[in-house]
Amino acid sequence: MRYAETGFNLEIDLTRGSIDKVETDPKETASYLGGNGISAKLLFDRVPPGTDPFSPDNLLIFSNGLLNGTPVPGANRVAVNTMAPVNGLMGHSLMGGMFGPELKMAGWDRIVLRGKAPDLVYIAIHNDRVEIRDATHLRGKGMYDTARLIKEELKDNRAWVATIGPAGENRSYLASIDCGNSSAARTVGPVMGDKRVKAIAVRGTRDVYLAHPKELWEMCSRLRKELDANPNIGDWMATDEDDSFHHNNFSWGNARIRRKTFWSATLGERWRNLKYDHMSRQTGCWNCPKACHNVIKWPNRRRFSYKCYGKDTYHMASFQELDFTYEILPIAQDLGLDSYSTPQTIAFALELLEAGILTEKDFPGMPSDVRGRFFYLIDKMAHREGIGDILADGVSMAAERIGKGAEKFDHNTVKKFEQLPIKLGKLNPAYFLMIATGEDMAITQIEGSFPQDPITDPEMKEEFIKKWVAVPDKKFAEWFRQWEKRDQLPADAMVAIVDWNECMHYLDDSLGFCGFVSSFRGQFGGTTGYHVWNMPQLITHATGWEFDKDRLWECFQRNRNLVRALNNRAGLRRSWERPPEDHWAVRDEEYEQELLTQYYDFKGWTFDGIPTRETLERLGLGYVAENLIKGGVLTGNEATALNDARAKKKKQ
Amino acid sequence: MNSDGKKTRIVKDIKVDTKKCAGCRGCEIACSAFHAVPKFSSVNTARSRIMVVMDEVRDIFVPIRAGDHALAECNGRNRYVIDGKEYDECTFCPASCPSRDAFKDPDSGFPLKCDMCESVPPLEKPMCVDACTFGALIYEEREEAVEAEPKKLGEMEVGLKSLIKKYGLKKVMDTIARVSKE
Repeated sequence: MRYAETGFNLEIDLTRGSIDKVETDPKETASYLGGNGISAKLLFDRVPPGTDPFSPDNLLIFSNGLLNGTPVPGANRVAVNTMAPVNGLMGHSLMGGMFGPELKMAGWDRIVLRGKAPDLVYIAIHNDRVEIRDATHLRGKGMYDTARLIKEELKDNRAWVATIGPAGENRSYLASIDCGNSSAARTVGPVMGDKRVKAIAVRGTRDVYLAHPKELWEMCSRLRKELDANPNIGDWMATDEDDSFHHNNFSWGNARIRRKTFWSATLGERWRNLKYDHMSRQTGCWNCPKACHNVIKWPNRRRFSYKCYGKDTYHMASFQELDFTYEILPIAQDLGLDSYSTPQTIAFALELLEAGILTEKDFPGMPSDVRGRFFYLIDKMAHREGIGDILADGVSMAAERIGKGAEKFDHNTVKKFEQLPIKLGKLNPAYFLMIATGEDMAITQIEGSFPQDPITDPEMKEEFIKKWVAVPDKKFAEWFRQWEKRDQLPADAMVAIVDWNECMHYLDDSLGFCGFVSSFRGQFGGTTGYHVWNMPQLITHATGWEFDKDRLWECFQRNRNLVRALNNRAGLRRSWERPPEDHWAVRDEEYEQELLTQYYDFKGWTFDGIPTRETLERLGLGYVAENLIKGGVLTGNEATALNDARAKKKKQ
Repeated sequence: MNSDGKKTRIVKDIKVDTKKCAGCRGCEIACSAFHAVPKFSSVNTARSRIMVVMDEVRDIFVPIRAGDHALAECNGRNRYVIDGKEYDECTFCPASCPSRDAFKDPDSGFPLKCDMCESVPPLEKPMCVDACTFGALIYEEREEAVEAEPKKLGEMEVGLKSLIKKYGLKKVMDTIARVSKE
């Protein structure tokens, strides 16, 4: 009997059309938990280094978090993983909503797709009945129509359909996979399109079993009410109408211009009305007491929903106002374009036009107004027509393809991945490390547990520390107590803080928790819903395994190092780990490199940022070390970064 | 008993405020867990006796409960427009209906029915209501007068009544009179 997990992977070879029910090893779940952890293991074991992401040998995995489908509130995220075409590294995207839990109730922990279908198909899953069905009649259809038509075909209105739009079909690197109000954005959409899978429909009517029923229910019932009452968690952007922070501090256009005085009370009032005059309701994900999605009915548009920073990206890239986002978002979403990288790529293209690197000839028939241009370009990008074919590859790849100095305009990517448009003055060491070394690619996937800013008032500070149950070790509280200036903390504190931040995200992504009730939400107010003290209890009650903080922490380290090793094998090295040159106005290359070395050393990595053999073996990843040595990535004799001759030489 | 001395009983009901439903299916999870055997040992929303009818594009979010089994397929296929939203009749109807596969146990096919989470000792409110932190489900208890049951006839009355029905009152009376003299 398996608890919390079903114990089965659904393996589909699209080339051969074979469908297999594969029992998994419970020891692997105990080691890697689920979600991105198990995905990383599957990718490491089965996708050889050097595999073209657009080759049939690449895998596309929909991997449930261990606690998805259990009564644990806010655990619903399914990790979608593959080797990503944009940079060749492990692609990692998370989808909340209903897809993951429904898949688990259908009896599957994850779906592993390999091969490539001869023509467009969709996959229909109803418990053990799994079919690969023709989808050629759905070619070119938007997200909404695809899901609707499939549900009609299957005569099942209760099925959940994860689908790609034209953008995904055309292998745009900006393509996302959507299911209901949730979306696995970027890196994974083009691979689904490449495998010619238009959609996956899932319906489950099986039990997800729980090891300690009464204890688990009691804890979850209490947690649900606690999460509901906790104002520090959930998505603030869903309800906080004062959005001066993003508009005054983030950069507009192609991450270019800060408008420090943009926000005003009258603007706030106008936007508030704009929203509430058109908002139908707010909706949530599976078993979560927070409702983070705003559902909007805009004139002449199909009703749609958005969450978080997706509210700002289009109008900030185009120097418009909120009404423009409401006008374009439903259409862009339906085309299957990610709302984070798409507007940045368009703003980049329009800058190139202004600079003369691209010319009017590259944009035949494009309207002259900026709104019209955005509509023109999302269409071209989703269908890869004309210049859209190049732009569909995202800023970094498009800059490479265009050349002629376009590379200079690619100034907001790390590892070829578009970042939040933040351009700041002085370097913040912890943020430097997170942006530089993160392999979930975006800062929001790394930051979140340690507060962003110190508290200066001593009483308030002590009050904060008193309530701060999430700290995994009292040393963090001590550092916080001594912390006065944002960028000034001892180096050992910096690396430990980044490590903790990262830990929470890796745990969330393998257990299924949404960052908004967990990893992302400790940074404001400190009272996050989940932390290393209550997660082990939940795992124990759900699975029946004895779990504690140390064991949980080790799972994080194992998964972190496995992802790192997988990416090292794909070419990731120290030289890749650079925030954009203009991310901070004042830079100190030597200091940054020193930080990087210290961080690598703390992690047990080499000077090049590769886990050492000892580090891997300590975590039960001996087979990974062996593989890296065999592949020439490691010799096996490396020391950790600070003990490397290069680090020592620099010190002298 | 109420103040008039008439007999009453407690009727339990769950009212729905569709405006507040966020579509999280917490009610479905709580219901299926509570009715699992042993209690809380599994989650399977297909076994839930409440389900959220959801359609974001039409902004329809309606939790419906498994009510009494309908004896026959209904003719109601009307459409209603409320607050500019169009609903079909089935959206609201809680009946475990022969024309729709809602509320059937996925394994046995037997109809499922909401039992208001009856248990010993009784819960303060049904599990779905407790789980609904959005306040879309509202538990109500109300007293309802119980109609006095018609008096039960004794064995002899039943016998006599059927004789009267068969032979007519006069004949029965005559017979009783004659027999009593014998």
